[in-house]
This record gives sequence, C-alpha cells and structure tokens, in this order.
Amino acid sequence: MEDVEETLRASLLLALAGDNEAYAAFLTRSGAHLRAYFRRRLVTSPNEVEDLVQETLLALHNRRHTYQTTQRLTPWLYAIARYKLVDLLRAQSPRRQLEVSLDDDEGASELVPADASPGESQRDLLKLLDTLPERHRLPIILVKLEGRSVVEAAAATGMSAAAVKVGIHRGLKKLAAEAGKRR
Amino acid sequence: MKTDALIAMLARADAPVAPRAVDRRLGATVAAGLTLTLIVVLATLGARADLGAAAQLPMFWWKLVVPLTVGTLSFIAVRRLASPGRRSGAAVAVGALLLGVLWTVAGADVAAAPAAARSAQVLGHSAVPCVALIAMLSLPILAALFAGLRSLAPTRLRAAGGAAGALAGGIAAAAYAVHCNEMTLPFVAVWYVLGMALPAVLGALLAPRWLRWA
Repeated sequence: MEDVEETLRASLLLALAGDNEAYAAFLTRSGAHLRAYFRRRLVTSPNEVEDLVQETLLALHNRRHTYQTTQRLTPWLYAIARYKLVDLLRAQSPRRQLEVSLDDDEGASELVPADASPGESQRDLLKLLDTLPERHRLPIILVKLEGRSVVEAAAATGMSAAAVKVGIHRGLKKLAAEAGKRR
Repeated sequence: MKTDALIAMLARADAPVAPRAVDRRLGATVAAGLTLTLIVVLATLGARADLGAAAQLPMFWWKLVVPLTVGTLSFIAVRRLASPGRRSGAAVAVGALLLGVLWTVAGADVAAAPAAARSAQVLGHSAVPCVALIAMLSLPILAALFAGLRSLAPTRLRAAGGAAGALAGGIAAAAYAVHCNEMTLPFVAVWYVLGMALPAVLGALLAPRWLRWA
C-alpha cells in the first residue's frame, strides 16, 4: 500500500519550495481525502460536502506556511479539516457541536481512503470573488485565474507589483472569511 | 466554481513560501514585546534605585529566571500550538514540575524564617502593584501575540490562548523585575506567579472568540 503521509508530505514540501505542479497534485490528493473524510461525517447533509472541501482547500492554501517541516503532515491536514467541520456544524446548529469536539485527538493518523469524484458545490467561489474590493479581486482574476504574470497584472491595473502580490494573498484570505460567513 | 478549477487557481503562479514562518512571526513578536515592555518599565516606573548593588545578589537574578523560564516554556508551547495538529507538548508538564519546585523551596524559606518575619517575607511591601503591573504590562503583548496567532493556524484555541497569556505574563514579569525591589523567593512564588497567571487565564478565556480564523 502506498504511504499517503509520505506522498502528501513530499509534494507539499516541493510545493512550498515553489513547485506549482507538485502543489496542484498535493491539493488534488488532499481534496480526495478531505472529500471522503467529510462524506463520512456529513451523512445527513451530503450537499455541504463539496463546499467544505473547497473551503478547507482554501484554508490549506492560506495557512500553508504553518506546516512545520518536522511535524507529520496528515495530522496537520486533518486538524484543519476538523476545524472547518466544527465551524460548519456550529453554524448549522449550536447543538450539533456536541457531536464533534475540537479537543478530540485530531486524527493523529486518520487516513481516510480517498474519494476523487467531486460532488456539486452549492456555493460559487467565483461569485463570492466578485464581492471582494477591486484591489483584491483584480490581482486574483488576472494572475490566478487568467494566468498573467505579476508584472503584467501590475501594468494592467496600475498597481505596484508588490501590491498585486499582497492583493492576491489578502484577497484569498478574505475569500475564505467570506465563504465562512455565507452559510 | 468546480473544485478542480479552485485547485488550478490556488496552484497557479504560487510563489515559494519562506520556511519557518511560525518561528519568525512569533519570535519577532516576543523580541519586540520584551524590548518595548522593558523600555516602558524603565521610562515610567524606572529601574530600582540600587540596581548596581542588587545585581550582585543571586535573588535579583532568580526574580528574572522565574519569569524567563515561564516565558521560554510558554513560547515552546505557543509555537507548537500555532500549527494545526500539534499539542502543547512537554512544556506544560515541565512548567508544573518547576512550579512545584519553586513553591517547595519558597515554602522551606518561609518555614526557616523566624515566625515574626514570615508574613513580611510572603507579602513584601508591593504585592498589589506587582500583580497589577505585571498583568497590565502583559496586555499589549498578549494582544500582539493574538494578532500573530491569527495569522497562523491554531486549532486548539483555548490551549493556544492560555499559552500566549503565560508567555505575555512571563515577558511582562521579567521586565517588571528590573523595577521591583522585593528580595524574597516566597514573594516571587506567590505574586509574580499570580501576575503571570492572570494573563494566562485571560488568554484562555478570550481565545475561542478572538483566535478564530477562517
């Protein structure tokens, strides 16, 4: 059997060093594991699963700098998944938080089988992106969606290159915050 | 937006991430907190008048060792708790053990003192300002640590908040020790510890609301 911990860890370490292909592979594999993890825990609300997968991928991205290279990767991943799950359950109904305690062992080696067939997401992150202020939205659209370089995006918007980078970084954090609010 | 499209978006043109972000973020906050608090103490309360002479005595240094030990252990715990999936680790147990040692030694000091001197040894002459000033000085540091933690990703919020409070308290107490002219270990064992415990409790209380991140 393939070692999920080692595979995911290796691809994240490459990703953090700037390998975008390894990063896409990491997110895809993580997404499949997250999907299986959430499907098993959201039996009564299956249509929330894909939204939560997307939200957690966004959180993995925004918090990727908190992975400390000496720690095991899967506990890190599933701790974020659990954190997002608890958020959702709290929003659904204050009583349901009893079902999942944040202080449970955070999936020390919780290796859920992967589930690579995405469901339909209810919420459209692209629409949410439209609600962000221009200084966040434009850099994300130009660089992250249309694939233009930071320099090109800076020229097109009249922003400085540094502001474009900050706009992407803060914009994705804001997108995550908005996604969390719109339940 | 499909999940595949989201993944493509996140991975596209992603710049390398500078390593050791947790250490750098928290380390910078602690360094700034200690420096600024020391400046505030020196500028407002002033160093104790007999600083030069006091620095010759071991007790002056013990008063620094206790808060700096609390600060070091809390820092170790906070840096772990800033990452998802990690627990506070051995720092809490070591801290509890050392606190036990401190109280035992301080208790022995009190027991060895003449009966008439015992209460003065514990109460000193500045217990209330000591506790109040350590707690007050720790607040800005606690706020800065909370801001730092929110940019990281704590998932055990209460533990992270409590550890951040103890760290803020340790820094504040170490800075306050330069001003304080109490010279007994029992005083430190009671009032310094209380002064550091208050921000720790406050941090744990505020954490579930204030450390939440999306």
